[in-house]
Amino acid sequence: MTHTANLWASYIWPAYILTIGGMAALLAWSWTSMRTAEKRSDALKRSRQDQ
Amino acid sequence: MGFAHASSFPCPPTTSCLFPPHPAWLIPHLVHRFANPARFLRIARWATPLTLALGLVLTTAGLVIGLFFSPPDYQQGESVRIMYVHVPAAWLASGGYLGLAIASAAALIWRHPLATIAARAIAPVGAAFAAICLMSGSLWGKPTWGTYWVWDARLTSMLVLLFLYLGYLALSAAEGERGNDRKGAAILALIGAVNLPIIKYSVEWWNTLHQGASVSILSGKSAMAPEMLAPLLISVAGFSFLFSAIVLMRMRAMLAEQRVEARSRRLAEAVA
Repeated sequence: MTHTANLWASYIWPAYILTIGGMAALLAWSWTSMRTAEKRSDALKRSRQDQ
Repeated sequence: MGFAHASSFPCPPTTSCLFPPHPAWLIPHLVHRFANPARFLRIARWATPLTLALGLVLTTAGLVIGLFFSPPDYQQGESVRIMYVHVPAAWLASGGYLGLAIASAAALIWRHPLATIAARAIAPVGAAFAAICLMSGSLWGKPTWGTYWVWDARLTSMLVLLFLYLGYLALSAAEGERGNDRKGAAILALIGAVNLPIIKYSVEWWNTLHQGASVSILSGKSAMAPEMLAPLLISVAGFSFLFSAIVLMRMRAMLAEQRVEARSRRLAEAVA
C-alpha cells in the first residue's frame, strides 16, 4: 500500500504534471504569440488603409 | 486508356490525361497548390480551433481513462500508467522530426514559401515533446529498471534527436539573423533524419533495457490488452491534434510577423 502510494506521488503524478504543464505552456505561448502578431498585422493594415 | 480527369487535378502539359494522376506529378502539384500563404491561412483559420478542440477533448479523455480506469500491468503494476503520456510524446517527437525533414526537403527542392515556416514551427514543439519523452521515460525507468537513466541505444538515440532539434533551432536562428535563407538548417534537418530508423530499430539491433514495440502501426498488430490499448490510442490521437494546433498557431504567428515586417519596410520606404 505504501509502495503504491509512493509510486503515484514520486513517479506517476510528476510524469503527468510535467507533460500537461509542458503542453499547457506550449499552447499558451503559441496562442499568445499568434494573437499578438495577428493583432499587430491587422492594426498596421488598418492604419495603411486609413492613409 | 485514360479516364475523364477530375477538374481539381488539371493535366500536366507533357503527359497523357490519366486518373488518378501519377504521384510523380501529383506531389509537386499539391506542394505548389498549398504554397500560397493566403490559401494556407484560409484553411488554418478554421483548422486551428478544430484541431485544438479535438486535441483537448481526446487528450483529457485518454489521460483520465489511462489514470483512473485502465488496469495496472501484471508485471509493472501502477507505473505502467506513465505509458499514456510517454508513448504519445515519443511518437510525436519522432513524427515531428519526420515532418521537419519533409518540410526542409520541400524548402530545398521546391523553394516552397511555407515549407521553411512549417519547419521552424515544428522544431520547438518537437523539441519540447522529445524533452517530455525523455523526462517521463526517466520517471518510468526508476521504478521499472531501478535507474533514471542508462546509456541504452533507445534512450541515447532519443537524446540525439533532442540535440538535433536544438541544433536545428540554433542554426536556423543564426541564419535568420544574418538574413540567410536557412539552407544550412534545412540540410541539418535532412541529415538528422537518419536517426529516425535508428530510434525505431534500436531495440532490435542492440541489447537494450528498453522494451520492444508493443504496437505495430505497419501490421496493425498489438501485444497490449484492449483496456490499455484504447486509452493509449485516444491519447496519441489527442496529442497529435494538439501538436497540429500548436504548429498551425506558430505558422500563423510567423506569417503575421512577416506581413508586419513587409508593411513596416514599405512604410519606411514611402516616408523616405
